[in-house]
Amino acid sequence: MSARPTGPGGDLPAMDRRKFLQASALAGGGLIIGISLTGCGRPSDKAATPGVGGQPNAWLRIGGDESITILIDKSEMGQGVYTALPMLIAEELDVPLSAVRVEFAPAGKDYVNTLLGTQITGGSTSVREAWTKLRTAGAQARAMLIGAAADAWKVEASTLKLAGGAVVDAGGKKATFGQLAEAAAKRAPPKDATPKERTTYALIGKPQTRLDTPSKVDGTATYGIDVKLSGMKYAALAQCPTLGGKVRSVDSSAAEKLPGVVKVVTVGSGVAVVADHYWQARVARDALKITWDAGPNAGLSSARILAELKGATGTPQSARKDGDVDAAIKAAKRQVSASYELPLLAHATMEPMNCTADAKADGCDVYVGTQIQQVAQGAVANALGLKPEQVRIHTQMLGGGFGRRLEVDFIPAAAEASKAVGAPVQVIWSREDDMTHDAYRPPAYDVATAAFDGNNGLSAVHLKLTSPSVTARMFPPVVEKNVDPFAVEAAANYLYDVPNVSVEYVRHEIGINVGYWRSVSHSLNCFVVESFMDELAHVAGKDPFEFRRALLDKQPRAKRVLEEVASRAGWGKAADGHHQGIALMEGYGTYVAQVADISMVDGKMKVHKITCAVDCGQMVNPRIVESQITSGIVYGLSAALWGEVTLEDGKVRQTNFDNYRVLRMNDAPELEVHLIESTETPGGIGEPSTAVVAPAVANALFAASGKRVRALPFAAQRGLV
Amino acid sequence: MTTLKVNGHTLETDATPDTPLLWVLRDHLGMTGTKFGCGKSLCGACTVHVDGSATRSCVTLLSTVVGKDIRTIEGLSQDRSHPVQRAWMELDVPQCGYCQSGQIMSATALLLQNPAPTDAEIDSAMAGNICRCGTYPRIRAAIHRAAELIKTGGAA
Ligand code: FES
Ligand code: FES
Repeated sequence: MSARPTGPGGDLPAMDRRKFLQASALAGGGLIIGISLTGCGRPSDKAATPGVGGQPNAWLRIGGDESITILIDKSEMGQGVYTALPMLIAEELDVPLSAVRVEFAPAGKDYVNTLLGTQITGGSTSVREAWTKLRTAGAQARAMLIGAAADAWKVEASTLKLAGGAVVDAGGKKATFGQLAEAAAKRAPPKDATPKERTTYALIGKPQTRLDTPSKVDGTATYGIDVKLSGMKYAALAQCPTLGGKVRSVDSSAAEKLPGVVKVVTVGSGVAVVADHYWQARVARDALKITWDAGPNAGLSSARILAELKGATGTPQSARKDGDVDAAIKAAKRQVSASYELPLLAHATMEPMNCTADAKADGCDVYVGTQIQQVAQGAVANALGLKPEQVRIHTQMLGGGFGRRLEVDFIPAAAEASKAVGAPVQVIWSREDDMTHDAYRPPAYDVATAAFDGNNGLSAVHLKLTSPSVTARMFPPVVEKNVDPFAVEAAANYLYDVPNVSVEYVRHEIGINVGYWRSVSHSLNCFVVESFMDELAHVAGKDPFEFRRALLDKQPRAKRVLEEVASRAGWGKAADGHHQGIALMEGYGTYVAQVADISMVDGKMKVHKITCAVDCGQMVNPRIVESQITSGIVYGLSAALWGEVTLEDGKVRQTNFDNYRVLRMNDAPELEVHLIESTETPGGIGEPSTAVVAPAVANALFAASGKRVRALPFAAQRGLV
Repeated sequence: MTTLKVNGHTLETDATPDTPLLWVLRDHLGMTGTKFGCGKSLCGACTVHVDGSATRSCVTLLSTVVGKDIRTIEGLSQDRSHPVQRAWMELDVPQCGYCQSGQIMSATALLLQNPAPTDAEIDSAMAGNICRCGTYPRIRAAIHRAAELIKTGGAA
């Protein structure tokens, strides 16, 4: 019952991991094998931070005690990186997964996500980004260990191999990794190290038990909220109820008299009540008398946001242009048009936002579940007037991310409060704080238009998508000259073979922060594209599955998952009283198709089953792939059925799980996932399935009732769910 | 000072009697396995057993549990050997894991009362426990598996 150490799984003391690495090298017990990233297949991506390539990069430490430690640069938020990334290195070292220890990497340029240009866990990139990088790192380590043994034994390296954590020769002579580590570490990492052939994989592609499971069934996994530092105080934060508002004045006299209260501190994001214990801080927060300056959003409402999106006059930016849509529409035999509305959504991670900071004269230690370490570092540095390198980020387990922990709004307050009271402080948001101060999924208003030619063939599709941009705030350079790529997903890559396609995006800001939400704009655009495809199939008088399939000859992977899901779900053979809907998408290099099976009882819709077929390329751990796919469906279905954040006077009306309803066990449909064997490069799996479920259900609802729902959530239709 | 019985130990706390048990456990007694999710009895993350029944500790005041038997995830077993924990590991139930202490405590309380629950009984007993990672299919399967393990010899 004593305080827990703060390492992941509670296995490491709270200290800077980079220092820990250096210290262990000096202690002589263990050595790091510095892995050069040069020649690791780093994409020649201008987004990558210059100067990283060629730096020794610590992914792997082999101890004199034979311990093998792998540093992971991604945050574990349930998506399984704590298991999948070590598998890539263990595979190259020919050791079982049980032989490796895992640690979270510190913030640093060594760990920049080469696909996204900063240290970030998002965009379903974890395995995609690591796939070549970590296997190459492992291959380099293998070559260095073998090279060290070959030199010592004066034999050809080609006569040696790895087995059971040692280098062995044909005659059974053996030197363990621990014995070789020191000599191996002195060798230059070979530039030409090649990862193993697919046919020789012992781990990759085989279901492996998650390494973080044991600590998650006995309560020892340490999330940000579980961090305990000696002398630590707790804080509750009062934030302006109107989004974007500020503190005008605070009367804290009553609060300061309450038991346990240490200090009331005005911070950038509001007013922090610091107390000995958390509940004391919460109680005292209610005694604050704060006058807020509501700021620019005082009159903002959901109705106004929708009206603004509908009337947006910004210049459309083209995200895709094939042929001549206007001419095709003019020449059309028949024209179809429909508009769709999508709401703001909260992330509602299970673990509310929280952060622990220990500000000292020379810097600040920050213990937090974050998806974006360097930005977190910068935010704290900024708030305290420190240099970024004086801020040490200790990543903890994340009780859900879904994009919420790409934001750093909840981080600096702990550092500011810690500095003010001269002790470590943990700030914990209540669920209400979390629900009413999110960076919400952007809302959208989208218009789709299509044309049929004289032969009843689809001749043109035009999509005009209007929504605010997350990227413009988070990564402004990305949208400087170009259309925001993260606003037109699942649309710009329109899959169907139509001669004239145009996808346009109108960026329209709404005054509040919007954020990346699991699957980002796929969740907006897949609903539009796949609902509209269904409408077009009905206009053409064709079966929705056959209509799609006929337009996929140039997209064999998409066609394959569509056929697979139709056959697995028994398309066209729904049970009596049941109805089916189908939807398809490519996102993050992964192809997903779903069939929803529903029934209607007294006008109410019940979702019985979702069947899902997935081609995500080469799988690292099929067991985790499957759980991420089902996870995504549940998350997407929660949103489709009930998810809606509404504003009045600039304040969010949803506060907790009673009025922001999410799927529970008794609501959960049967889920069936079919993973297609593939040798293609790994695609992302954390997000794509989330986006596909809403249109699949909407299309089933149309089949069942003839009612076309073009505005989510379904619950907004009176009596439907 | 208030005296509490937690996982078979007698513990003292200086928390005031109107403090929710959740924060007494987490913050005063340093037992962070029990999680905070909503604070309003809406999510189940804070579930513990009070005299064998699944109880939301976020809305249970300290004063109401004095003298009662409190069991938390830390007290389920010393070595993850409880059949529910074994079933959870076998099926790799957790994803982010944050809801799982609560799920496991609710499942354990269910199995204490009903050693062989049907799907419908599982659904209704577990409806108070939200999992945002959507691990529901595996939770259901793991409860059935735990029921089997209990039947073949493991104590609940
Ligand atoms: S925290 Fe107690 S039910 Fe949610
Ligand atoms: S495992 Fe993440 S909330 Fe349940």
